[in-house]
Amino acid sequence: MTEEIIIAGFGGQGVLSMGKILAYSGMMQNKEVSWFPSYGPEMRGGTANVTVIISDERISSPILNKFDTAIILNQQSMDKFEDSVKKGGILIYDPNGITRHPNRTDINIYTIDASDEASKLGLAKVFNMFVLGGFLKLKPLIEPEYMRKGLEKSLPLRHHGMIPENEKAIEKGKEIIKAKYLVN
Amino acid sequence: MKDIRLMKGNEAIAEGVIRAGCDGYFGYPITPQSEVLEYLMANKTKERTGMIVLQAESEIASIHMVYGGAGAGKRVMTSSSSPGISLMQEGISFMAGTELPCLLLNVVRGGPGLGTIQPSQSDYFQTVKGGGHGDYKLIVLAPASVQEMYDFAKLGFDLAFKHRIQVMVLSDGAIGQMMEKVELDEQIPRLTDAEIKVKFPWATTGKTPDRERNIITSLDLNPVKQEIININLQKKFKHIQETEVRFERIMCDDAEYLFVAYGSSARICQKAVLLGRERGIKVGLLRPITLFPFPTVELAKLAKQVKGMLSVEMSAGQMVEDVRLSVNGAVPVEHYGRLGGIMPAPDEVLNVLEENFIKEKKYEPHTN
Repeated sequence: MTEEIIIAGFGGQGVLSMGKILAYSGMMQNKEVSWFPSYGPEMRGGTANVTVIISDERISSPILNKFDTAIILNQQSMDKFEDSVKKGGILIYDPNGITRHPNRTDINIYTIDASDEASKLGLAKVFNMFVLGGFLKLKPLIEPEYMRKGLEKSLPLRHHGMIPENEKAIEKGKEIIKAKYLVN
Repeated sequence: MKDIRLMKGNEAIAEGVIRAGCDGYFGYPITPQSEVLEYLMANKTKERTGMIVLQAESEIASIHMVYGGAGAGKRVMTSSSSPGISLMQEGISFMAGTELPCLLLNVVRGGPGLGTIQPSQSDYFQTVKGGGHGDYKLIVLAPASVQEMYDFAKLGFDLAFKHRIQVMVLSDGAIGQMMEKVELDEQIPRLTDAEIKVKFPWATTGKTPDRERNIITSLDLNPVKQEIININLQKKFKHIQETEVRFERIMCDDAEYLFVAYGSSARICQKAVLLGRERGIKVGLLRPITLFPFPTVELAKLAKQVKGMLSVEMSAGQMVEDVRLSVNGAVPVEHYGRLGGIMPAPDEVLNVLEENFIKEKKYEPHTN
């Protein structure tokens, strides 16, 4: 099993930390992982993205241009990464703020109203965990106990009080993800 | 239980030097390697091992602090990225002239000039061919993973002291910034002053009545003596060329075509090898781990086996010159690279290999 994922959105949406939590959890579950961020001009305002690979084997290239799953959280990232999903792969996006929806017919497309749901529940801070929950519903790569270990490892100690909220958001995310277009 | 962590390459080498018993780090921040200094500062090395971490006023000050520390027989280092390493060349040349051991780290960004902060490999010539003045070489280690960033801290110090030479870890923004699993070793204690006195009789640890004064200088105005100094340096480099070559062969045994790549390009090529095998192309990868000493003999051997080599490097073609020297015209060698901070994709380099060597194309063997 090798899962190659791109997560992309605005800086500040928790794109990099979502990837980090996923990678950490994978590592706790004894998988090979890599996390490769955009650290350049993007970090200084604008878009941010991270490539996460979770695998049972030694990871070859941490730098990729085709992905099994793309998680997309803003329009710029949609424009940039829609075409980089492998045929038959998955594209997950939050429609909030998206003006041009994906139109490929050879990939599976899902929507998740994570930002709406997060603000409704007063959990805007853990918006990214709703999205991660949605992904885990489709690709249950990580067991919940290892997700918890991943959260413990990747969040600084002063934020450990937030772990239950993170877990709640992950569970809610699993409920609210919806299929928009599926390849037969 | 093993201590396994998820770390950035920059953090891994910082943890590596602490655990390798480093005595002092002197550096100045620059993207994409500032995490090295940040990590060392945040880890309170003074309390952990007694290691000094100092943010100098400039790169030039940093390298000369390393010069001083190394002269006293201490395990010292600095790190920077391309423009900062350029500033350090004078100090590195002085250390070459005085045969002082140290660890240097260049997390390369695209140049020339301030260039970009994105990953690049365009400092190969500067590093491998001698960036400062004079006939000298550095041992150059090229990590291709976060684990190697960690491992090469200890290896780098060991080689530096074994040969009394400067060791450069030539990394790049991608290896520095990405996170992977790292397995950590036990802490190696720092040497005490008494141990340094015994182990390194050349160090300036204070004159004792039983020996001559140790003087560390690269200046000798007598040309006869200066030539002898240079001849001895060259003997050392030759010995290193014969004994310290390191490389990794990936699917080379039955390869008909070969990628040659180091650092993050080697990771990209590793994926390209897998993709190539799926397409039925017998392709392998030779990954130089030491860039000096270069795996010349191994490449010459492979030149008898393969039909073509593609040197992949994020530069306009620097390492490819050493690959061509190694195979000496026996087999066509081409270069592919992206510039200015762009990284090639695995299928991109595989397509180039196919176009150069496999699809109907007449090529002229390289002849100079």
